[in-house]
Amino acid sequence: MAPDMLLALLWKALVQTVHMVTVAGLIGTLIGLPIGVFLANSGKGELFAAPMVNRIVGLVVNATRSTPFIILVVAIIPFTRAIAGTSIGTSAAIVPLTLATIPFVARLIEAAIREVDRGLIEAARAMGASRWQIVTKVLIAEARPGITLALTLTLVSLIGYSAMVGAVGGGGLGDLGIRYGYQRFMPEVMAAVVVVLILLVQAVQSAGDALARRFDKRNRQS
Amino acid sequence: MDTLSDPPPVEPRALPGAPVLGTAATPMVAFRGVTKRFADRAGQGEFVALAGVDYTVPKGAITGIIGRSGAGKSTLIRLVNGLEQPTSGSVLVDGVDVGALDETNLRGLRRKVGMIFQHFNLLSSRTVYGNIALPLEIAGLSRAAIKARVAPLIDLVGLSDKAGRYPAELSGGQKQRVGIARALATEPKLLLSDEATSALDPETTQSILDLLKTINRDLGLTVLLITHEMEVVKSIASEVAVIDKGLIVESGRTFDVFTRPRHETTRALLSGLPGTKLPDAITRRLKAEGSPGDRIYTRLTFFGATAEQPLIARLMSELGAEVNIITGTIDEIAGEPYGSLVVSYSADPAVLARAEAFYAQTGLSTEVLGYGA
Repeated sequence: MAPDMLLALLWKALVQTVHMVTVAGLIGTLIGLPIGVFLANSGKGELFAAPMVNRIVGLVVNATRSTPFIILVVAIIPFTRAIAGTSIGTSAAIVPLTLATIPFVARLIEAAIREVDRGLIEAARAMGASRWQIVTKVLIAEARPGITLALTLTLVSLIGYSAMVGAVGGGGLGDLGIRYGYQRFMPEVMAAVVVVLILLVQAVQSAGDALARRFDKRNRQS
Repeated sequence: MDTLSDPPPVEPRALPGAPVLGTAATPMVAFRGVTKRFADRAGQGEFVALAGVDYTVPKGAITGIIGRSGAGKSTLIRLVNGLEQPTSGSVLVDGVDVGALDETNLRGLRRKVGMIFQHFNLLSSRTVYGNIALPLEIAGLSRAAIKARVAPLIDLVGLSDKAGRYPAELSGGQKQRVGIARALATEPKLLLSDEATSALDPETTQSILDLLKTINRDLGLTVLLITHEMEVVKSIASEVAVIDKGLIVESGRTFDVFTRPRHETTRALLSGLPGTKLPDAITRRLKAEGSPGDRIYTRLTFFGATAEQPLIARLMSELGAEVNIITGTIDEIAGEPYGSLVVSYSADPAVLARAEAFYAQTGLSTEVLGYGA
């Protein structure tokens, strides 16, 4: 394949991947973060104690997470059509990606919030903080390094998932690799796709790590 | 709720240095028949943390509640700001029943009751300034108002050069100073201290206790502290209550309780203090009843006027018998000088009679420990 043609294809696929990953990551986080905070604090005797709801939400989260992504994509096609108006294309691919992101983010955020010392919740309660203030000023603020790493991991996983939405014409780098590299026997396209994916994941991970380190004040040396 | 949101009518402020005891009629905290039971881990039986506590904490004083771990003292202090609710009975803070408050009013009460913790509980993501500002942000103060309040507090606790540092960069003592400043930020009328010095070394402990003493004296703030360390109570608390198995077994002025402990738990806790314990070799050969030729072992306690007179020299000449000094200590309890001396001398009736006369004449407090060779 001519290099300029390859570049054009790569660029288009990269834009599609970034588009899908960004939108799905954003919406997934917006919905997954509160669920994660709830999961971390709704056990027996906790801040938003609701053990029954906690168990039900936990079950739904587990069910979604244990469904293989490619099956999820196909299984929810009617839902996708209802939301995006179509079941093919990049916009349509965002729906299953988002749906898969929500429980993923929720569990990771739950783990990050659970890392926060319970003594801080007690101190905040003793100061007269409301539950909302405890969540925003204490739990999320203290868990920021962990949350940053969780979201980094989410983005990296999303990049991987986005390779599978070629099945519904979602486009993106993975789709390019499969269609040109594998089905049309163009190893140079496959190689280029892999390199771009590696660079993309590397960039996301490094940025996330750097941000998390900046937020983390726990191991400062005087 | 006016009692909480408005400052109470002006109370007589203590003169610096003068002991402040119950200046106003209402006690700062009153526990009335308080019990607390927890379901135990298996979910079957129950664990009784408090078995019926009646106790009042006077305004303006530093009151210590001391007990071994598991005695119920942590539960007791958490009832005061409603972090725990009693199973039965009530807890009144400045006349207000904590259990009867709704969520909003309880938060209002908590802003008037500061609390410091054994493990400091500072936010690692906030600087010293940010940590002290937190309760004020929670109370909804403006940025400018917060700044005006925090700066003097940082000076008060002696951390002026550390305002921009994070907790991980501070020593344990400095962290507790931040904790104290944070607890004072909302200008509370009561400070709760939950084992605040237990994680600190003895020297740092002393500096934190001195700071608490200063705050109590200069700001007229009532302090209620729980601890398992006699040294802490002895050094700053003017009132003490001893808690054991969920019950207050002994309470009163620290000096009285420590110089004349009545309950065995108090005695056991006190025996850890240096100078109060007899050497084992002597304890072992003491008998309750004397036989001819024995010596009597007596503890002499000096306080008030008797602490400052040359009584030992006079005792020796008055008795006309040889006096052996076994162990002794000179100390200060809640700011009052106190001495304890264990002596032995002949249990001959004539000597004993002269000793009795001498004790009666001087007002020395004595306790016969036993008889031995």
